[in-house]
Amino acid sequence: MSEPFERGPFLLARADAFITWAQKNSLWPFGSGLACCAIEMIATAAARYDIARFGMELFRASPRQADLFIVAGTVTNKMAPVLRRLWDQMPDPKWALAMGNCAIGGGPFPTYSVLQGVDRIIPVDVYVAGCPPTPQGLIHGLMTLQEKIARSRPTKEILDPHARRQS
Amino acid sequence: MAFREIDLNMGPQHPSTHGVLRLKLAVDNEVVLRVEPVLGYLHRGMEKLWESLTYTQIVPLTDRLDYLASLSNNLAYCLAVEKLAGIEVPRRARYIRVVLAELQRLASHLAWTGFMANDIGAMSVLLYGFEAREDILDIFEEYCGARLTVHGIRIGGAVHDLDGPLVSRIRAVLERIPKRLADIRSLLDENRIWKERTVGIGRITAGEAIDYGLTGPPLRACGVAWDMRKDIPYSSYDDFDFDVPLGTNGDVYDRYLVRLEEICQSIRIVGQALDGLPEGEFKAKVPRVLKIAPGEAFHTIEAPKGVLGFTVRSNGTDKPERVKMKSPSFINLQSLEHLCQGNLFSDVIGILGSLDIVLGEIDK
Amino acid sequence: MPADRADQSKLRKALDALAGRFGDAVLAGAADKGELAVRLTKDVIVPALSFFKEELGFNAFEDLVVFDNLNSPDEGGARFTVVYRLFKFPGAVRARLTVEVGDGESLPSAVPVYRAADWAEREAFDMFGIPFEGHPDLRRIYLPDDFEGHPLRKDFPLAGRTGGL
Ligand code: SF4
Repeated sequence: MSEPFERGPFLLARADAFITWAQKNSLWPFGSGLACCAIEMIATAAARYDIARFGMELFRASPRQADLFIVAGTVTNKMAPVLRRLWDQMPDPKWALAMGNCAIGGGPFPTYSVLQGVDRIIPVDVYVAGCPPTPQGLIHGLMTLQEKIARSRPTKEILDPHARRQS
Repeated sequence: MAFREIDLNMGPQHPSTHGVLRLKLAVDNEVVLRVEPVLGYLHRGMEKLWESLTYTQIVPLTDRLDYLASLSNNLAYCLAVEKLAGIEVPRRARYIRVVLAELQRLASHLAWTGFMANDIGAMSVLLYGFEAREDILDIFEEYCGARLTVHGIRIGGAVHDLDGPLVSRIRAVLERIPKRLADIRSLLDENRIWKERTVGIGRITAGEAIDYGLTGPPLRACGVAWDMRKDIPYSSYDDFDFDVPLGTNGDVYDRYLVRLEEICQSIRIVGQALDGLPEGEFKAKVPRVLKIAPGEAFHTIEAPKGVLGFTVRSNGTDKPERVKMKSPSFINLQSLEHLCQGNLFSDVIGILGSLDIVLGEIDK
Repeated sequence: MPADRADQSKLRKALDALAGRFGDAVLAGAADKGELAVRLTKDVIVPALSFFKEELGFNAFEDLVVFDNLNSPDEGGARFTVVYRLFKFPGAVRARLTVEVGDGESLPSAVPVYRAADWAEREAFDMFGIPFEGHPDLRRIYLPDDFEGHPLRKDFPLAGRTGGL
């Protein structure tokens, strides 16, 4: 055996399992607080609901440092291009969570100025319904996202760069 | 250094703009020359939407205007509709409304304290403020099941009665708040960094403030005792004994003091309303399909952020012809440029925070 | 309740003073429950506003409301009714000034008198397309500059004309 392995215990794991374990337990959210739902998102991060238990308390102000895009609130047609650009600025791998009925499908506002669902401009992984969803609801959505990440196969992309585009 | 004017853009996605507000700034080195707020990133077409809904359907949408004080919006809108339709609200219902509206003011001011301190860099105050606020949201949750968009005040009264267990719960929460407030004050009041970034910053005189249409705590921080609860009392506010806290300097620090003092006054009002809660109905008899003869009414209340008013015009059907909101944040934000001029660029955040704006009611 | 508000005779006096100053341009006037309501012709609106501010002491501008009368023709018959709400502090007296504006007509801007009217006029321009002459910076306030139409007009569909994104 080569020298490094003799020095101490070591761990063998499936690369996919290890990578997704790391990814799902240190999601750094980019909190895009747009409207009422943002307040519940902040409440989730505050003392009582304490999102830090999931390793997600690091709300980043810059999209370049985040890998989870929480769209919390009403997306208007005026705001849509801005959101799209923010999404494009986030480095891969990244996930998106639509929080609240507005982000899911326009919510109570079927009007001339509201985008009827953020999935028209960015791909959404998890939808959390509610107007606004309670912090428990958001946490449930985040745990659903963790499950989704755990099922993913990041190595597939590393080994075959075209896989992402085909799948 | 030679004079060099630089244009800066802030927002619409920025952690300290309290939502999707964009500011175009012109600065000379560190000093602010001009600020131009760019609105509309949250314009949801509320007023247009309201014209296609019935009077009762509009109430839950008012929750989504100033979402930190949804009950205040309910109250202002319902009072305007009741004035127009000539609905007499029972005395007990009026008291319940006062309890709800003042609890909402507590929640709003506590959240503001947290946001404001967070903007200046004191993250822990955010946690204290939100923890205290959660207690109040628990009351709302027990009252009608919702935390944020409460929809607890309906046309003609309130949605539920206040029963015994809830009353004692409210009392228990009110007893805890002064302690929590003392915690927050011990973190901020004499904190050197906090004072350096708030005292003397963003000053405005009383005359200018009225000229710019400022209302609410930013106006009272200049020493103007304009409070709609006293000036044009509504919902039995004249039954209660409370003070209108005033500042003297009209700066960010005084706005902070005024808000914290208002929290104490709100606790007083809620206590009195619970003590004197009259017997009777909690809701007037309102027809299921409310049709209002052509007319127009305007009603204002003192919301946590300032004077909030609704104009409602009816046309004889069950839907309004037009509902116009007079939102306090919208008018207060107009003075931002004046408040910021001559201050340091880094203080723009604090000044903006001290106005306590909510984009939901600015953009509508 | 502040004394001024209850004092009906003071309000009457104010109305008389207004009628004396503007004569025929005052189409109607009423005073009730701490509120003055007057209808004016639109060309005297700015002098009337400054009369209210300087002579009668209405120091605060509260709101600017526009109604589209397309479906419910008003007595004046014009397309839009514009309401200025003023407030007097201390005293808690309200004033409501009403003018009629036809489609395509403009109104003189109130900004030189009340600074607080600035954004309110931009909002009225954005939502109804009423131009305010002499406004320092009349642009749309909510909607993007390339937006077509004025949403709060009664003939504008709720879902918009283009269907959005
Ligand atoms: S879903 Fe409801 S609570 Fe959330 S942003 Fe939309 S209106 Fe507000």
